[in-house]
Amino acid sequence: MSWLETLRTAYDAIRTRRMRSALTMLGILIGIAAVMLTVGLGQGAQQQVASQIDKLGSNLLIVSPGSTTSLTGVRGGRGSATTLTTADAVMLADPSVAPDVKAVAPTSTTQASLTADGTNWTTSVVGTTPSWPEVRARTLSSGRFFTAEELADAQTEAVLGQTTAQELFGARDPVGQQVSIGSQPFTVIGVLATVGSTVGGDQDDQAVVPATTYADVVSPGAGTSVSSIYLEAAGQDVLSAAYQEADNALLTSHGVSATDADFTLSSQQSIVQTATSTSRTLTVLLGGIAAISLLVGGIGVMNIMLVSVTERIREIGLRKALGATPRVIRRQFLTEASLLGLAGGVLGLLLGVLGAAFLPSLIGQPVTVSTVAAVAAIAISVVIGVVAGVYPASRAARLSPIDALRSE
Amino acid sequence: MTEEPAYALFPDTEAQRAPSSAPEVPREPILRLTDVGKTYRSGSLTVEALRGVTLTVDEGDFVAIMGPSGSGKSTLMHILGCLDVPTTGAYRLAGEDVSAMRESQLADVRNRRIGFVFQQFNLLATMSAWRNVELPLVYAGLSRPERKARALASLARVGLADRVDHRPGELSGGQQQRVSVARALVTDPQLLLADEPTGNLDSASTEDVLALFDELNDQGRTIVIITHEQDVADRAHRSVQIRDGRFIDAAAVHTRVGSGR
Ligand SMILES: Nc1ncnc2c1ncn2[C@@H]1O[C@H](COP(=O)(O)OP(=O)(O)OP(=O)(O)O)[C@@H](O)[C@H]1O
Ligand SMILES: [Mg+2]
Repeated sequence: MSWLETLRTAYDAIRTRRMRSALTMLGILIGIAAVMLTVGLGQGAQQQVASQIDKLGSNLLIVSPGSTTSLTGVRGGRGSATTLTTADAVMLADPSVAPDVKAVAPTSTTQASLTADGTNWTTSVVGTTPSWPEVRARTLSSGRFFTAEELADAQTEAVLGQTTAQELFGARDPVGQQVSIGSQPFTVIGVLATVGSTVGGDQDDQAVVPATTYADVVSPGAGTSVSSIYLEAAGQDVLSAAYQEADNALLTSHGVSATDADFTLSSQQSIVQTATSTSRTLTVLLGGIAAISLLVGGIGVMNIMLVSVTERIREIGLRKALGATPRVIRRQFLTEASLLGLAGGVLGLLLGVLGAAFLPSLIGQPVTVSTVAAVAAIAISVVIGVVAGVYPASRAARLSPIDALRSE
Repeated sequence: MTEEPAYALFPDTEAQRAPSSAPEVPREPILRLTDVGKTYRSGSLTVEALRGVTLTVDEGDFVAIMGPSGSGKSTLMHILGCLDVPTTGAYRLAGEDVSAMRESQLADVRNRRIGFVFQQFNLLATMSAWRNVELPLVYAGLSRPERKARALASLARVGLADRVDHRPGELSGGQQQRVSVARALVTDPQLLLADEPTGNLDSASTEDVLALFDELNDQGRTIVIITHEQDVADRAHRSVQIRDGRFIDAAAVHTRVGSGR
């Protein structure tokens, strides 16, 4: 009996028992769609986090004060200590110290109230150097960033984020306008292009000023300490070299060993990993639950196939009496089960793709459906069909024709 | 098409058979049962359905098996049709030892050599008449158009040309019986085994089916038929009586008187 004929027979058998076949497929369908959507949700969340971190800047290394590696936890946590200074930034910018570090941007951040024409807006004010746009991969939508001279002269100039500019000036062009940070008047010289939120908060809501001005008038108590130093490696391939150079330079200049480092050096990847590990755990958990539903769907197929064998025992007997070999019978039931699995898988895939198209607008989360996931979904459902079909199929194949014909 | 002799419809199976119809000396009988016994066991209960049956049927013979209900006729027929295996004794079909065959070989023998008409029709309720009739050809590996042509021809032979698309549930008992005869004939088998093929038929349909059997027998096919009716048995070359799993007079061969055919 040819494969085409086997397929035809299996298709006929499925079509003849429409309702039952449909219910069987439904089990697989729901399982596949559930797995695809949960995995898609998880992947979507991970990609979202990853793209947010990409917005931080490419080939980025971040030095934060304090240590998170301390087992005792006695030292201050990351970000809360004041062990990083502008001197560290100057040292790291020296090509002879860290040749693979291309640009360095020390930043200090504080919350402050901004006022323009009687409009108030509280946001974070960042004091940094002219290399900040490059290191943080930011561009300006209008105006310009401050220069090294302006930094040296501690000019009272500010570059505003898109949101901040919007809140303070509305539709007006902020460039050239005056804004007060605290009580000190600043001139707006540029507006940053929008990037949206990242793991570090809303990157469109901030005011960037020269580090010198920051130390003089915005946060005079901070002295020379900075809240973090952003480093840009010269390339993806020298990222780990840059990491080593910065780490060694800082350990040497701070006079500490690696075990009691008073700073934390993290790479973009490590931030991605930390940020995605939570969503990955959730994905695995949800995916696991969805996989169980898929398993239940598979058991459903097996159940139906067993019922089918029992119910069609006379048919099997007759087919054998008319010349069907055990192999042909086994193949027929296996094909039937695989077809059920395949049909359920394809329908589940469709439902999953539909869900991925409509779900984001409902829950505000991206859902990613990859080709790999789609192919895997189809493959898994066929495998479920085959696995579920093996036992019933071999049972059917083993029946003696006359026993099968006699049974009621 | 109905007027043509059956073998003309099946040229390739005719070719297959050519070597076995070549003259052989001595000629091996198509069926040779030697001291066959069949015991059914269900728990502590055992039923000896057959107790030492010996029977030889030559190619081209037409044998009627008669006996009361429960005497073992169907059991014997199932063994002859390779649907069941004897508990004791030997069975050779066309010279081949059937008891030594694997299930897949038996399936092949059933498909190629034997046409079986079941006492309970055994038609598939979900399929139309012609789909039922084509089933043996599916397992013989024929192409779909060829199968359909043969199935329709076979149905026409039993007078059901106008019922080919009806399902068994939409046919009378006699018509269902004829569909099952058509299915047995569709492979143009060497050996036709019929378990009460006329049990559900009126006298006119009985006559049609028997005329068909006569015609097939004239063409050289071997026929073994189970019947309760003496006039059906009279159409056969000889008849054997079975009672309680034994032939009552193995030597009793009633040669048919007259040759009206
Ligand atoms: N599968 C079975 N298990 C146990 N006993 C069986 C089985 N099949 C048949 N028998 C018994 O074997 C005996 C012969 O049965 P069989 O069907 O051959 O009779 P039969 O001659 O065909 O009768 P009928 O004319 O009513 O069809 C009966 O006593 C029956 O009860
Ligand atoms: Mg019987």
